[in-house]
Amino acid sequence: MRPFSYTQSPDVTTAVQEVSAQGAKFIAGGTNLLDLMKIDVMSPSHLVDITQLALNTIEETPDGGLRLGALAKNADTAYHELVQTRYPLLAHAILAGATAQLRNMATDGGNLLQRTRCYYFYDTHTPCNKREPGSGCSAIKGYNRDLAILGTSEHCIATHPSDMCVALAALEATVHVKSSQGERAIPFAEFHRLPGDTPHLDTNLHPTEIITAIELPAKGFAQHYAYLKLRDRASYAFALVSVAAALELEGDTVKEARIALGGVAHKPWRVPEAEALLQGKPASKENFRAVAEAYLAGAKGYGDNTFKIELAKRAIVRALEQAISMEGKS
Amino acid sequence: MNSENEPGNAVSQRPTLPDSRPVTLRVNGTTHHLQLAPWTSLLDALREHLHLTGTKKGCDHGQCGACTLLVDGKRINSCLTLAVMQQDKAITTVEGLAQGDELHPVQQAFIDHDAFQCGYCTPGQICSVIGLVNEGQAKTLDDIKDLMSGNVCRCGAYANIIQVAREALERNTGL
Amino acid sequence: MKENYTGAPANRVDGRAKVTGEAKYTAEFDIPEVAYGVVVNSSIAKGKIKRIDTSAALALPGVLQVFTHENRPGYTWLDSHYQDEDSPPGSPFRPLYSKEIMFSMQPIALVVAETFELARYAALLVQVDYEMQPHETDFKANLKDAYRPKKYKSTKPPEPRGDAEGAYDQAALKLKETYIHPPQHHNPMEMHAAIAKWDEDGKLTVYDKIQGVQNSQKYLSNAFGLKPDDVHVISPFVGGAFGSGLRPQYQLFLAVLAARELKRAVKVVLTRQQMFSFGHRPNTLQEISIGASTEGKLESVQHHAYGETSRFEDYHEDVVIWPGVLYHCDNMKVSHQLVGLDVYTPLDMRAPGGSTGIFALEIAIDEMAYKTGIDPLEFRLRNYTTTDQSKGLPHSSKELKECYRQGAERFGWDKRSMAPRSMKEGNQLIGWGMAHGAWEAKQQEASAKVVLSPEGKLTVSSATADIGTGTYTVMSQIAAETMGLPLENVTFLLGDSTLPKSPLEGGSWTVASVGSAVKLVCQKLQEDLLKLAQKMENSPFKDAQPEEVSFANGQMFLTQAPASSISLLALLQQNEGKPVEAEATQKPEKEQKKYSSYSHSATFVEVQVDEDLGTIKVTRVVSAIAAGRIINPKTGRSQILGGTVWGIGFALQEHTVMDNHLGRFMNHDLDKYHLPVNADTPATDIIFVEEKDEVVNPLGVKGLGEIGIVSVTPAIANAVFHATGKRIRELPITLDKLL
Ligand SMILES: Cc1cc2nc3c(=O)[nH]c(=O)nc-3n(C[C@H](O)[C@H](O)[C@H](O)COP(=O)(O)OP(=O)(O)OC[C@H]3O[C@@H](n4cnc5c(N)ncnc54)[C@H](O)[C@@H]3O)c2cc1C
Ligand code: SF4
Ligand code: FES
Ligand code: FES
Repeated sequence: MRPFSYTQSPDVTTAVQEVSAQGAKFIAGGTNLLDLMKIDVMSPSHLVDITQLALNTIEETPDGGLRLGALAKNADTAYHELVQTRYPLLAHAILAGATAQLRNMATDGGNLLQRTRCYYFYDTHTPCNKREPGSGCSAIKGYNRDLAILGTSEHCIATHPSDMCVALAALEATVHVKSSQGERAIPFAEFHRLPGDTPHLDTNLHPTEIITAIELPAKGFAQHYAYLKLRDRASYAFALVSVAAALELEGDTVKEARIALGGVAHKPWRVPEAEALLQGKPASKENFRAVAEAYLAGAKGYGDNTFKIELAKRAIVRALEQAISMEGKS
Repeated sequence: MNSENEPGNAVSQRPTLPDSRPVTLRVNGTTHHLQLAPWTSLLDALREHLHLTGTKKGCDHGQCGACTLLVDGKRINSCLTLAVMQQDKAITTVEGLAQGDELHPVQQAFIDHDAFQCGYCTPGQICSVIGLVNEGQAKTLDDIKDLMSGNVCRCGAYANIIQVAREALERNTGL
Repeated sequence: MKENYTGAPANRVDGRAKVTGEAKYTAEFDIPEVAYGVVVNSSIAKGKIKRIDTSAALALPGVLQVFTHENRPGYTWLDSHYQDEDSPPGSPFRPLYSKEIMFSMQPIALVVAETFELARYAALLVQVDYEMQPHETDFKANLKDAYRPKKYKSTKPPEPRGDAEGAYDQAALKLKETYIHPPQHHNPMEMHAAIAKWDEDGKLTVYDKIQGVQNSQKYLSNAFGLKPDDVHVISPFVGGAFGSGLRPQYQLFLAVLAARELKRAVKVVLTRQQMFSFGHRPNTLQEISIGASTEGKLESVQHHAYGETSRFEDYHEDVVIWPGVLYHCDNMKVSHQLVGLDVYTPLDMRAPGGSTGIFALEIAIDEMAYKTGIDPLEFRLRNYTTTDQSKGLPHSSKELKECYRQGAERFGWDKRSMAPRSMKEGNQLIGWGMAHGAWEAKQQEASAKVVLSPEGKLTVSSATADIGTGTYTVMSQIAAETMGLPLENVTFLLGDSTLPKSPLEGGSWTVASVGSAVKLVCQKLQEDLLKLAQKMENSPFKDAQPEEVSFANGQMFLTQAPASSISLLALLQQNEGKPVEAEATQKPEKEQKKYSSYSHSATFVEVQVDEDLGTIKVTRVVSAIAAGRIINPKTGRSQILGGTVWGIGFALQEHTVMDNHLGRFMNHDLDKYHLPVNADTPATDIIFVEEKDEVVNPLGVKGLGEIGIVSVTPAIANAVFHATGKRIRELPITLDKLL
């Protein structure tokens, strides 16, 4: 870890001012930033502690949605009564991630901005375009079991590791951000980026912007949803593949389907055209499989991770089935 | 080898060495005044500065749970937070659980169930069980196992740790 | 009545220290003015350091020194001076010896500074230029260059018996398959650490994470040219090791070097990432051929192993002795070859060789059982052996059949249907598998000392270790029982090089070796006490022989006339207020050489495999263990529970991944190297089967540290086959292999 200076901001205005200094960064829960600073993958020269900002509330919005303060803890969010009852998909996704300890520390804003867990990104002794643009991507020809099969580029095949974001993508949340220039709202689908030839950029958030809140629209799909996470051990592991599935049904017919995939791309992966295939169709295994095929149509494997293509298809089918049956959920 | 998507990671801006500053930590009911640089983690502040070595370091990266302690009754990984960020909060470590000679019921249960071997993960496990009780979210055996999965035990004492956690939940032995 | 401490469950005597945080592990000793050392490791796997620039690091105020091969002092560099008790044949790695890079993550510099954070920062500023040379780290690609070592580190593979090839050709049923497991790293929860401090009188005090303080002591005295008596190594608590502490690791050497040069105490703690920079369980490939009759009689077994090693040492473990230990078959042929790679030397890791060889053999046997259509348990019974054919010796005791019986009954094995994929609940395929295993019961020479204070407190000591195995507790039990004293009156000391000599804590031999020495030294103490009693006036013990007296409830008495007794406290008064002391060394008895001694296990496992998704869950494990006398069923059970978790990790998760382009292990942390977590824990049932063994050692114990893991891994693999019909021969069995 390199030296840095540190200030604690009393309010948002001060925070966004302080972060505009060169090399400055916010710190919230610290669970991702400090991890990466200790191994010199990130090395801000100034940390702006935002934990004292009044951004940790969870409140209903006038149009029936829910506003999650950026500093609300992952655990507090997942166990919040309104999240549990109206957005259980989100609660399940959050609780599938990390551990009780980490969720007690991690903030909702920080969760969106956590960086990839690519092996090479984590080891400064190896080439990595995301960490050091132009140095090359070690993963493409190296070990890539955990890495992406969709939306990759020849420069980077990293995944976004969040579980929470997969649910947020399915729920079509909006990210509210603020800087000294003003405020804006970013639709979730536009928040994270694909690697393209700028793999060092994870998101479209400007470094001087602060996330103030994440807003959930009124529709929470609390009747039919599933978050399915497949991983190499039963807990405390990132997803190989995860699926957030949300359905609105009329009898046996699908009125609306939302599917987002985690662990397969540089951002939570959605294919609205494929989701539309289900619209007005019976909720049957064949139809689910057809959607799954469409979701993975452009997938590309890199060897160690090629299995994810078939796995993701099967996971989509299973998640949709679980969303229909709602087995084991209260 | 290092770079970010930031306007600058300019080393010119970087302090050569971080200034140390007064940091106040409230650990097990005692207030400690320390002089610390911001780059000191809560875990290192406890172990290296306060010589409270009951809280263990097993990875320094949030990947093992050995450093688990309680802040305002909730369990966190003390390796992934800075000491300066935890000022004036009620920090409870394994050293603060027993009342004199009398062990906290969870500590006693760890002995009675032989829920450890080498003992290195144990302080973290104990704090985690107490946090589990305080948080009140575990309803089933599977919940217990999942919510205790943030504490890796390489000796593999899990089966006995589960017994301790069940008993602690039944008897509601939190903080 | 005499208190039977051994055989009864007892809480750990060090339990309180461990649950309160009072137990001090290596890095936790508070040494005033200690400086912090952080290690810099190489980026490349092979080549030379062209230039190493430490100026930026040294320029930081508070950085005391950066040690590299360029400025290290000219100590002895003879190979033999770096060998330790567990060194394989070859030339041991010598930290900072030269500019040569022999493996990725090789330690190449130690930065020492006033604080940990500063040392960690300064380590980033050390600039290194390398001259790269092509490396070879690809195990499979280098199998063609496998060789037989001139000297085997462990047992030389047994000579062939009968005509294995001929019998295989003739056999009605044949199986020839290849089994592979990847490299694995020990990853004890406590990272390796050392604190070194030079005292004013030129003596060295060292705190080291090690499984044998006297191994570190010897290593340091050789490497630094010191008298052994001037090196004091202390290690009272070890936060797990599983073999990683069998050899002194580089943090020890570096801490001592820095402390000596800086004349200041230095602490070096490795990072979790650096825990992947030294020994590991080697990548191993095994070819097994089995010929059997249609009645399920083994006609031929061939077992050929290939294990990875470094370029500088020939690491080898007992992978191929197991067919001869576990089965009766008159035609056997085995071999073990090594594949040299540009990696660090592998290192014994919990059940070395056994977990490797038995996993492969026991899957192969299951496969053969299926070829014959005979129940896998019945198949093993048909090929049962009461002798160890590889040594040509009878087993000193072997209750494996009883393990089968009790384990199968508890598990409900008789309800199993043979056909794969025959049990299902919803999407979950259910599989039942079994395997058996063995681990050698060895005894080493060990010494112990005992002091009985005038207050009747007994202090027993030996320079052994407690890595979580329960040494403190078990030794206290043995001493308390032998002396007829309450457990609370006994203290056992270990982990200090000044204590009586003890072997490394490994190989599951600690109770057998040190425990036997403790028993012997207590018996010696009893003789001394008898002599004291005989000096008393009108002593009823005047003509008593040592074997005629007993000790219980703090009393000494004539076994035949218990009324003739004297309390130990009264006896001690005879000694003018001085403690009574004794020291003894216990060597293995010659009689043992006439037998082969193993502990045995039979493990039954249930798994659930998701039919579509391939996710595997071990839901139920029953392990029946025959391991001689169990001194403490409570801590003993914990050993087996731990072994079970290890078996799960071995079968399903553990895998250190080598990137062959970079020659580097890439998943070098606990996020990416998976160890089982709490949620992976199955319902586990442990049975200790009664087993009497009068030969194996004076205590009749066989050790529990390793037997708990060996049969779990293959039983899981066999259960996965039973669930899915898929035979996975390359570990770990991850979901992608079942899609
Ligand atoms: C071992 C381990 C396992 C994990 N497993 C999982 C898992 O399975 N699933 C999962 O989803 N996650 C997992 N996590 C990740 C965890 O969820 C994230 O680290 C956490 O959500 C980050 O939140 P934070 O508040 O700690 O962020 P910080 O570390 O404080 O910050 C992360 C980044 O976000 C920026 N930032 C934070 N808040 C704001 C804001 N309001 N506005 C602008 N920028 C901001 C910071 O500058 C920094 O760049 C795991 C983490 C660890 C260490
Ligand atoms: S996949 Fe991306 S993050 Fe991983 S090595 Fe390649 S460039 Fe770096
Ligand atoms: S030391 Fe903090 S989680 Fe491992
Ligand atoms: S008791 Fe050793 S790691 Fe848990």
